[in-house]
Amino acid sequence: MAFLELNNVSKSFGGQRVLSDINLSIEEGEFVAIVGYSGQGKTTLINLIAGLIKPDKGEVSLEGKVVTGPGPDRGLVFQNYSLLPWLTVQENIALAVDQVFPGWTAEQRLAHIDKYVAMVKLSHAKDRLPKQLSGGMRQRVSVARTLAINPRILLLDEPLGALDALTRGTLQDEIANIWQTERKTVVLITNSVDEALLLADRIIPLTIGPGATLGESIPVTLARPRDRKGVNHDPEFKRLRALVTNQLLAFNANRKVSLSRKLIRPDLLPEDLEAPRVNRPPRRPGEEKNEVVVTS
Amino acid sequence: MKSFKIDWLILPLIGVACVLLTWTVSSATWAKDLPSPLKTWEASKPYIMEPFTKRGEMDQGILRFSWYSLVLVAQGYAIALIIGTPIGFFLGLSTTFTKTFDPIIQVLRPVSPLAWLPLGLVLFLGTGKDAGTYGALFTIAICSMWPTVLNTAVGVRAVPQDYLNVGKVLKLSRWKTLTKILIPATLPYMFTGFRLSLGIAWLVIVAAEMLTGRPGVGGFLWQEYNALIYEHIILSIITIGVIGFILDRLMSLVEARFKAIS
Repeated sequence: MAFLELNNVSKSFGGQRVLSDINLSIEEGEFVAIVGYSGQGKTTLINLIAGLIKPDKGEVSLEGKVVTGPGPDRGLVFQNYSLLPWLTVQENIALAVDQVFPGWTAEQRLAHIDKYVAMVKLSHAKDRLPKQLSGGMRQRVSVARTLAINPRILLLDEPLGALDALTRGTLQDEIANIWQTERKTVVLITNSVDEALLLADRIIPLTIGPGATLGESIPVTLARPRDRKGVNHDPEFKRLRALVTNQLLAFNANRKVSLSRKLIRPDLLPEDLEAPRVNRPPRRPGEEKNEVVVTS
Repeated sequence: MKSFKIDWLILPLIGVACVLLTWTVSSATWAKDLPSPLKTWEASKPYIMEPFTKRGEMDQGILRFSWYSLVLVAQGYAIALIIGTPIGFFLGLSTTFTKTFDPIIQVLRPVSPLAWLPLGLVLFLGTGKDAGTYGALFTIAICSMWPTVLNTAVGVRAVPQDYLNVGKVLKLSRWKTLTKILIPATLPYMFTGFRLSLGIAWLVIVAAEMLTGRPGVGGFLWQEYNALIYEHIILSIITIGVIGFILDRLMSLVEARFKAIS
């Protein structure tokens, strides 16, 4: 029995199959990245693991126990940070820490919070409100809040998706460092192949929906720590990037894109050149035609 | 600096001057019974210059009357908030509750204070208490409650799912979710409701005092109409307007504070 296991998990929303027959097993201490296109159910998948939504079919289990709802053993870092805007950095983390470690003394909790604020390098900003922080800093707070509750597994839902490229790089390095020291089991959801290659032990592509499922996993055997500049020239890195990218592109190639548009047929009545030139809003029936273009 | 003065001082003063001019011309021409601004000032002077004197039950300084009205408004308004906010939360949280009570709220909401007051008087007539006061309180509370109820409900529905997910992942208890997430997230909406409610409460007090004959700005207005001292009607109108304006500004300041946080 693996640490985290998903058995034939399926989920539909409003009759539309989003995920079908997801099978996944992750060992303790592993860093797994799930890579896929936007809007194909990546967030749904992580919400299933987090227990925020229930699968229609199949089950999710962590350490042999079936997941029935959300809980602090699965620390979820939200895509849009989800910090409470009326609480400072310190208070946002304190809300989580106070809830998860009610038995601790006030000093213990404060020291614990300080430790994680320092880990994400925000000690100078711990009394600021989220709106006074940049996007990257907000996501750091969110990571600190999640790490501070000491979850068994860390779920990162496109944590860097909303950040600019430079901040993204810095935070990727920080996540890599934190993972080196904490050795948590991590599931990272991302749409960036490079990000996945830099961080993960294993990459699993998510196919195209409706009814997306997981592709074959690709082990990443690059040595750690991975240097983002040096890695670009590493033949293994290049090979893996080509492999993952080609897989993802292959999913997309099977997808037909259809485009509906409304055509206005030309007006073939003899035109009165003396009449004032105006756009004729009321069109005769038959002048409009709906057309669907399908690319192959 | 110069444009600041024009915007905030000179232009409003021009507006006031226009109204005063229309008023003077009207009182001199087609509305002979309307006292001119000058006559109004002379007749109102004792009430303004000695705003807190009490010469008789219905003959008191204008601020003293205003104080009576404000005290009654504060009480009715407090009742409205205490009842209205929880109802708003229930409406926002439970669709069943909404389906059950929303229609009746929508029917009661547009009913005028003048229609509620007789019912208020009837309700408290039998209890042997001061039916006038309690009836007025009832009317203020029931009329001014709706903006608070509806804004709170909208605010609760507008709480981002992400905030609630944070609570779910942490397994916050219902009480903690309410106090740590729902209430803070809803506060800006609640205060918009509170401000609108206060405006209505102040509208209602005048009607309530007119009908019950309680001492207060509205009561004074009605009494002076019956006593044919029309100058004092205008004095009362201006007082009611100025106080309503000040109350609204004060609430806006509080509201802006809460808006700034989230």
